[in-house]
Amino acid sequence: MEVPPGRTAGPSKAARLVGNTGPQPTPTRSAPGARLPAARAPRKAKRVLVAAPTPSPMPQGPGADTDSWLDFARRRLAGDYSVDDFGFDPEFTDRVLLAMLRPLYTSWFRVETTGLENVPAESGALVVANHSGTIALDAAMTQVALHDEHPAHRHLRMLGANLVFQTPVVADIARKAGHTLACHPDAERLLSAGELVGVWPEGFKGVGKPFSQRYKLQRFGRGGFVAAALRTRTPIIPTAIVGAEETYPMIGNASLLARILGLPYFPITPTWPWLGPLGLVPLPSKWLIHFGEPIPTDSYPEGAADDPMVVFNLTDQVREQIQQSIYRLLVKRPSAFG
Amino acid sequence: MGRTVLVTGVSRYLGGRMAALLAADPEVATVIGVDVVAPEREIPGTSFVRADIRNPVIAKVMGESGVDTVVHMGVIATPKQAGGRSTMKEINVIGTMQLLAACQRTPSVRSLVVKSTASVYGSGPKDPAKFTEDMEPKHAPSHGWAKDSVEVETYVRGFARRRPDVSVTTLRFANVIGPRVQTAITGYFSLPVIPTVLGFDPRLQFVHEDDLLESIRTAVRTARRGTFNVAGDGVLLLSQAVRRTGRRWIIVPRLMFSTVGRSLGPAGLADFSPEAVRYLTYGRGLDTTAMRTVLGFEPAWTSDAAFMSFVGRSEARVSVDVA
Repeated sequence: MEVPPGRTAGPSKAARLVGNTGPQPTPTRSAPGARLPAARAPRKAKRVLVAAPTPSPMPQGPGADTDSWLDFARRRLAGDYSVDDFGFDPEFTDRVLLAMLRPLYTSWFRVETTGLENVPAESGALVVANHSGTIALDAAMTQVALHDEHPAHRHLRMLGANLVFQTPVVADIARKAGHTLACHPDAERLLSAGELVGVWPEGFKGVGKPFSQRYKLQRFGRGGFVAAALRTRTPIIPTAIVGAEETYPMIGNASLLARILGLPYFPITPTWPWLGPLGLVPLPSKWLIHFGEPIPTDSYPEGAADDPMVVFNLTDQVREQIQQSIYRLLVKRPSAFG
Repeated sequence: MGRTVLVTGVSRYLGGRMAALLAADPEVATVIGVDVVAPEREIPGTSFVRADIRNPVIAKVMGESGVDTVVHMGVIATPKQAGGRSTMKEINVIGTMQLLAACQRTPSVRSLVVKSTASVYGSGPKDPAKFTEDMEPKHAPSHGWAKDSVEVETYVRGFARRRPDVSVTTLRFANVIGPRVQTAITGYFSLPVIPTVLGFDPRLQFVHEDDLLESIRTAVRTARRGTFNVAGDGVLLLSQAVRRTGRRWIIVPRLMFSTVGRSLGPAGLADFSPEAVRYLTYGRGLDTTAMRTVLGFEPAWTSDAAFMSFVGRSEARVSVDVA
């Protein structure tokens, strides 16, 4: 860490720690960072523990046990950690968020990930995947896959919709997990910084499509992601995710209710809202994720990003490749819940 | 012959220190400080002129002393400083208009440096992670200081068009913080219980008070044209900042935030206007590439270190109180 002039690292830090151990807030008013995710995921996590033969909520990932949980908690309560310019909090992501998603990944969905050799270890790349399953579990599972299974333990920085950053709690967690708004400046900033960026170009059309349309790719937005990759000359990795469609099979959409609540859709599944909170438990489908061969963008001439024909063609190429990959995975998978 | 610099807003803390800093600069021969009220202490090396920039007297002062550089720090941030929102608006907007009119009439003026604020970008969920100077706000501010600053910048751009021979530099500062400066944000972090918005953890950026002054001095020296974001490197999350103060905090739903916030401390200590609440909900980040490459200014303090220098002061005060 940089030691700027005048910060007088030693005494001020000590003073801070002393100052903080005293008037620490009571547990009921505990840290929002620690409280909110716990409030979000317990339903899933608890059931996973019931289902999983060896419940192990402790992180098995790299760098998990560099210090004890007590030290970790103390540091968090003192605010003694750093986030990047996007608000990405790697420590919180590794030790809390991913730790909560991991049982879902390994035991509930039994995700099998292939093609990780197509994801670069250091440089920037754009992961483009299909979107499905009513809530964006597929995005979360891709994040776990890239962090836990990739040899370089890469963090996936996703580009999310406006709605994500407007919604309390969700906005907070999304920022801390390293995600940002889907807009050109942010996409290009992350890619040129050598980050692995994830986009789900189908957006709400993809996650909110009826079950009858499963595994049929929707329109790929306006190809903004392709323009960002072209401008930064980073490869596009077409990624196929199979399994998310069956987690919450959406058999209906209460569009009036959705309008009242300001949501893009209000899902009706065989269990939701009929069984109340129980309807929120995802069905234990079998998942396969495949990272396809990268599509290079550095051979295009300067200014290709401003040529709509190039952008459209490349968008179609990515879409086609993902669709083919989905079909291959579906054939490979014995059954939806196998 | 050295330069003659006119500084507005010298009776407030930053303006006063700026005038003293410029007076100590060997390149500068004369510093004229202007404000509506006299400064509490005499500012070393500065001849103070008590003038309301809202009336044309300022033009006379400028013409007589042959001012070549104008540093405009006269825009005020909270109604409390001015004694009411309408006076504040008048000082900010009409004052700037009068000052610019005087600059336009004074042929000796060669450069103008304006202290503006990053709050002109507004704050909201559709914002990019970092604003560059050429970006339009996605959620344009509609109230208070931020709105005034947007208007001030508009008039400054108009002036730059009418007097192309004058080099105009506008500096958009992140929240200024430090061991001594008093602003709405230091007031907020000095509340006995700090309210935060439920479900949001905004990114905050700070600029240290010394860096603010140094960057203005750099702008005066180099007279680089353009608009520049000025902020310390890195960001702090609000939750992180609050914990570092060691104070208690309370999480409040957005709808009740300003009501609860106002009840937690003396009136006017912190700002809970709609713009301030938006900032404390969504935060903001500034891209400072142009500050380094074009303006040629390198901040000495990161956002983190600047904030800690502020925390150091409140801790010092607490220990004094105890002793």
